[in-house]
Parts: sequence; C-alpha cells; structure tokens
Amino acid sequence: MRYSITINGSAKSVDVAPDMPLLWILRDVLGMTGTKFGCGVGVCGACTVLQNGEAVRSCQIAASDANGKRFTTIEGLSRDASHPCQRAWIAEDVAQCGYCQAGMIMTACALLRDKPNPSDADIDAVMSDLVCRCGTYPRIRKAIHLAAKLGAQK
Amino acid sequence: MSAVGKDVPHDSARGHVTGESIYVDDVPPLFGELVVDFVWSPYSKARIVSLDLSEARKLAYVYTHEDLHHNRLGPIVADEPLLVDDGLCTFRGQPIVVVAAETRAAVDAAKRAVRIEFEELKPILTIDDAIAAQSFIGETRYIRRGDAEAAIASAEHVIEGVFFNQGQDHFYLESQAAIVQPGENGAMHVLSSTQHPTEVQEVIAHLLGLQMNQVVVTTKRMGGAFGGKEAQATHPATMAALVSQKTKRPTRIVYDKDTDMHVTGKRHAFQNRYRVGFTRSGEIVGMKVEFFSDGGAYADLSPAVMARAMTHAENSYYIANMDIRGTVCRTNTPPNTAFRGFGGPQGVATMENVVEEIAAFLKKDALDVRRVNCYGVETRNTTPYGEVVPNNTLPRLLTELPERCDYRARVDAVRAFNASSQTQLKGIALSTVKFGISFNTKFLNQANALVNIYLDGSVQVSTGATEMGQGVNTKIAQLVADELHIPYERVTVMITSTEKNNNTSASAASSAADLNGSAAADGARRIRERLDELESRIGKQETWEKLVKAAYHERVSLGERGFYATPRLDWDWTSGQGTPFLYYTMGTACSEVLIDRFTGDLKVLRSDVLMDIGKPINPGIDRGQLVGAFIQGMGWVTTEDLRYDEKGVLLSHSPTTYKIPNINDLPEVFNMDWIDVENPINVGGSKAVGEPPLLMAISIWCAVKNALQFVANGDIARLKLPATNEEILMRLTEYAKRGAAVA
Repeated sequence: MRYSITINGSAKSVDVAPDMPLLWILRDVLGMTGTKFGCGVGVCGACTVLQNGEAVRSCQIAASDANGKRFTTIEGLSRDASHPCQRAWIAEDVAQCGYCQAGMIMTACALLRDKPNPSDADIDAVMSDLVCRCGTYPRIRKAIHLAAKLGAQK
Repeated sequence: MSAVGKDVPHDSARGHVTGESIYVDDVPPLFGELVVDFVWSPYSKARIVSLDLSEARKLAYVYTHEDLHHNRLGPIVADEPLLVDDGLCTFRGQPIVVVAAETRAAVDAAKRAVRIEFEELKPILTIDDAIAAQSFIGETRYIRRGDAEAAIASAEHVIEGVFFNQGQDHFYLESQAAIVQPGENGAMHVLSSTQHPTEVQEVIAHLLGLQMNQVVVTTKRMGGAFGGKEAQATHPATMAALVSQKTKRPTRIVYDKDTDMHVTGKRHAFQNRYRVGFTRSGEIVGMKVEFFSDGGAYADLSPAVMARAMTHAENSYYIANMDIRGTVCRTNTPPNTAFRGFGGPQGVATMENVVEEIAAFLKKDALDVRRVNCYGVETRNTTPYGEVVPNNTLPRLLTELPERCDYRARVDAVRAFNASSQTQLKGIALSTVKFGISFNTKFLNQANALVNIYLDGSVQVSTGATEMGQGVNTKIAQLVADELHIPYERVTVMITSTEKNNNTSASAASSAADLNGSAAADGARRIRERLDELESRIGKQETWEKLVKAAYHERVSLGERGFYATPRLDWDWTSGQGTPFLYYTMGTACSEVLIDRFTGDLKVLRSDVLMDIGKPINPGIDRGQLVGAFIQGMGWVTTEDLRYDEKGVLLSHSPTTYKIPNINDLPEVFNMDWIDVENPINVGGSKAVGEPPLLMAISIWCAVKNALQFVANGDIARLKLPATNEEILMRLTEYAKRGAAVA
C-alpha cells in the first residue's frame, strides 16, 4: 500500500504493508536511524517521535495510522545540534551509551511545549514512561531545566 | 594546557543528540544482505528425537552444527556448543538451527517450517537442585587464612544463615547485534556490538576453520553492554559469519528484546551459607562462607565470577580466620555471564548482610560493627588471600560520610519514627565497598595501542577498548593529548578493530581506561620523546604543526605502538593466595528507606555516597558512571525480579514485567561525591569507576533489612535480594503473624 507521511516537514511517499510500524518505515525504508528500536512493545520509549508536538511511540503506530500525519524525529530537531534540548543535553553531558537518548530528548521536547518551566515532579511524571539503563536520570532532569532556560518551548 | 582532570564532553555527545551516532543496526543494508535468525530450544532440557529441515530449506538458507568446522566455544573453557550437536538441549534458548533469508518474513516462515520433535527431560533449575544432584561446573575452590572453625567454636557469639540473591538481566537497550561482510579468500569483516572483539574474532576463526588473520572484528559503540556483551556477543556474530561463509553474502543478526532476555545469560544468582563468630563488641573472630552460584548450562565466565565473589567475601573487613569456598552449580538455564561487578556484588552483599545481622544480634548500631572490623591503614590490612590493601582510605570514608550525612541523628530519627507510625516503617544503613581492580586472570591485564600522527598534526589513536557509554575513548584522547602536549581536540579515538590492535582483552573489570589508557599514553610518550630529541637538534618549533612537519621532513617516525602490562600481579589458585589486584576502589554509602507497612511499597528517601576514585581523568564522565552504576545496582537490590515458571521459562522477559529503575525511583535526596586523593599507581592518578559504585546500592538493601529489624520481634530479620515490594510484604506479613502468635 502506498502511504503519504510527513517527516520533519518533508512529505514522504512509502509503499509498505498497512501494519508496518512507523519505526520500521523510518529506519528501514527512509534510512532515518536516529530513532531506535528498544523493546518493540511501546514500553521502553527509545522509539519516541513527535506527532503534532505530542510524544508517541513509533513502534506502536501502523503505516495505515501514520498515513497523512506529520511527525518529527531526532533528525528534525536540528542537524547541527543547535536545538535548545540538544544544546542542554550536550552541556550536561547526559548521554552515556546514547541509545535511549533520542526518545528521551523527543519526550522532553513534548513536555516543554506543554510546560515551558517544568518542576522536577512535572519532569518525573513524564520521563518515568521511558527507561535509560545507564541511569542518566539526574542529568536528564538538569538538562530539561536547562533546555527550558534556553527556550525549548518555542 | 592539561586535558586530564577536565570535564571534556563525551566524544559522542553531539552524535547522540542529533541521531548521527551509528550503532550496528543503523548501518544501511549491504547489497545482497541476508537476515539471520535461529531456532532455539523451547525446553530447559530435552532430547531431539527428530529434526526435519526439508520444508524450511525450500524457504531459506538453513544450517546446523554439521556446517561448522568446530563447535565448542567459551571464554575460559571451550565447553559450549554454538549449535546443539549431540541431540541434547541443555537450556531454553540454546540455538539449534540457523536460518537466513532476504526478508524477516521469509526468515520467520522458515523458522516455522523447521520441524523438531523433542522429548522433554527433567531439568535442574535451582541451586538446591544442583547441589542435591551434585551438578557442578569445575572444582570447588578455596581461600583460607587461620583456623575459621576453631575461631568460631571459641567465639562469644555465633550466627549462621543462608543468603540468597537473584540474578539480573543486563537490559542493554540495544540488543545483541552483528553484521558480517565476506571478503576475498574466505576472509570476513565483522561489525559487532561486543565488549570483546578479539573473542569474537577468535571464535569465528576457530568455528569456521579460518585463521585469525582472516577475520577482522570492529566495534564502533554499544547501546549498553554491562557485561552482557563480553562473552555472549560472540554467539550471534558467529551465527551470522557461518551464513556469510556458506553464501558469500553479507549478513545481519539483531535480536529482539524478548529473544535477548530469553536466550542470554544474566548476573549469577547466589545462595551462600555462612557461619560467623564474633565478640560482644562485634569484632569478627572467624567466618566460614560457602558460595554457590547458578552458572547455567556451561562455564562461560562463571569460574572467574566466582573468583571475584570469593576475593570480595570479606569486603572491607579484616577477618583473621576465614574459610571461603566457592562452587559453581551447573543448571539448565542459559549460561550466566559477566554483569557489572562480576561476582563482587554477590560477595559484598553477603558480607554486608552478615554485618547487619551481627549488629541486630548485639543490638548495636551497624556502623559501629563496621568500624570495629574495618581494614586498618598500617595493621590489620592484609586480605584473606594475602594481598596488602594499599593506600587504605576506608577508615577515612567511614568517618567522613557519617558526619556529612548526619548519620547518628538520622538513626535516632528513624527509631522515633518507627515507634510512632502504625502505617509506615523506615530503615537506614551505611554500607562499604572495597573493589579490587585488575582482571583476576593475570594475562588479561595487558593492552596495546596504536598512535598515528598525520601531516597536519591531527592524531588518531586505536586501542582494544570498546565504547559502551563509559567514556573510555574520551579519557584515552585526554591522556594522549597531554602526553603529546596538544589540545585534546586534535586527538580522535578510532573505531575498535582487531586489525589495528591484536589480542586485546575485553573492556571489562572496570579496567578498559586503566589498561588501554596506559598503553596509549605509552605510545604517545615515545613519540613525544622523539620529537623532543628532534627539537634539541634543530631548535624549538613555534607550533605543534610545524614540529610535526619538521619531524616528517627529518624522517622521524610519527607513529608508535604503545604497550602496557599491569605490574605486580600474581595469583595462585592452588594456595588461594596472591596479589590479584593492582589497587582497590573504595566507597561508603548511606541510604534511608520508607516502607508502606500494608503494601510493602518501598521508597528510597535519601542516598549519600562518598568514594575514593583517585583523581578522575574526566570528573564529569566519572560522576555519570558513579550515579548510573548506583541506579543500576538499585535495580538489582530492589525491583528487578527474574521470574521463572516450574519448567524454567522466563516469565519476566520484557519491560512489561521486568522493572528496571526509572526516573521516579531515584532517591529523593541523592548526593554523590568523592574524596580528593591521588592513586599513585595508576594512569593519571585515577582509579577505575565502572563497577564499584554499583555495589554502593547495597546500602539500600541493608536499609530495608534495618527497617524490618524493627518488626522482627527480636529475631534477626531475614531478607532475600532483591527486596521487591512483594518480598518486603511477605516478610512484614510473616513477622506480623509471628508477633500475633507470641501475643
């Protein structure tokens, strides 16, 4: 089936099975590998992307449901690491192995859109839906506070 | 201009936040690439009655052990078949048939078409069952000093018991993965998510009938590893390499998370019997501890894990008479393997449990018991295996941390709280760690490094270290930059490759930066010496770039191979004596917990950690390691519950049922710090930090035990590890019932 999906502002036409997850479309069809495959059951959060600014799990969205919708991936924040969340993440040296961090950053973007100056509790309530095995959580908190100062909500 | 000691950002920091960092499965498909997967034993133990591959072969490439030149692998003893070859499946998840095709759908169809008839056999699934059946891997080993039996027999007080700890899944977010590209004349190029490229190289060569010089294994980075990719990344890479050898096509294997959790080994569960004799002041006069670990079906790294448990059995405490025995049980579970700490956590948790019990028995504060027994600086500082603890900062840590975190006042506050609350219970504990640095196996403590300086003055460094997030490459770049007297931005650490560095050791035992950093510094130092000599002849050059150009024109070599072999080490298992470690990383941690008396719900209120990690090469990276390891240890001691059914089927095989810590689980107050002490014997004055802070989370488990002590009706509270909410609730219920019966 042919589907039209807008990724990072660019309309993409893909010919895939209706039940192919958006994650596979991104990684295997479009070659956009910044979004990661973690658990495959929508729990770990590594595959999180934005759909109209909301954080969603790309491993749980079928091609037929993604059709006609707009998504932003980690590649869409900026290629030169200039987005406030990216800058904050580098400044706080958050990432260790890095594998979960695209999902963390995209979720942080969605949080900061809703709550431009989140408290620790606001951050925990949202970020507790994702896991980081390296245990970078305290720095994730700090980076989100810093990103808020850098104007990530805009 | 020194880079060492500075918070240089992780060399992948930018790639990680733009999505540019390449992990194995991010490499675009190669022309003609095949997807590789395998059919594994669905039973913990079973005999293969018949195997019919005729239908599967119509759909895909299908291979068995008959397609291998050799079929035994293992990092210590080669006892494990890659593919079942004697008709007997000995663990659930054991590979039997390798399947490959152009698409995932075709692979899945072919796997379904593999017809295997099994005769299910009764497996050994627990340590108790293994002991009853005398099913062991290797011999029981001993470390002994003095006469433990006699000392215990004549001691004022004696406690005995059994300590049980569960295993732990690595839960790296990037599951096992490898890509293989066949080359000319049978050669192979492998990209593997492995901590140990040399082992992957050696096993592929051996099993496929190649020379090691025909196999190049590279590792760019891993999306987490934690020990799980030390020995067990080899299996998927070798299966893919087999298909590449047979088909002459590139291959890719990537486990999904559920498969990964089902088929790979974990941290070892231990069940340890202990008897300890002590005085009324809490001084331990003799102790006997018998370790039994669940090794799984094959040796893997289990004997070495047991060795580390045994050399950490006394932890931070001087015990004049000690008898330590270690036996690895052979069971029908996936071979258990390295996991951050490598037996150290199991040994230390056993000892910290004993200290808590002595304190409970004597109705003393556990910190006082720890102080009475703590290793001394000048005396009482020799371990049961004969190594003198150098530069011992434990007494200082045990003085400073209680002051910093207001320990005494908080102990009183906890007591007052528990006396007044009917609904909640608090506990507090301050635990210690003394973690030996070096591989227990002497020959592994070596490393080589390649340093190349290019015409523009930029530098490439290659080592055997593999990057799994721990920042080893960043530290190596800092060390090399300082040796060459140049900014660290001019130094790039390259992809790890067996082509650049031969016969490397795994990035493991917290030692990757120590070993590879020392080797890289050695290479850089020798180049710098040549450059200094050149300048003494032709005069000082204005810039580094001019110096490099001048060296090239003067035909001075701008490349070097560095080497490092850890000094001093020796170890002898026949006597159980020696100097297995170059130094120790030490620490103390105090944790306070809050428990709901009706649900067992556990909350960590506060953790304070104070460590001796020497002078960090990169304080920011080390802080990340300290915090992250503590959180991972917290998972092991509290929420991570590997559950199996009666047939050995892992029930908690995904994040839906296996709970690793998330941001909500952080201690409400969390202070992480270290004392300012240089480690004179290691590169840059630093100490290894990868594993030791994981053991600091044992303070949380001890705090739970301390809380339960308040309701144990005068008995010594017993507690399994992990202290899940369920485990806590069961203990609370048990003590409530017993209390009611007494009343």
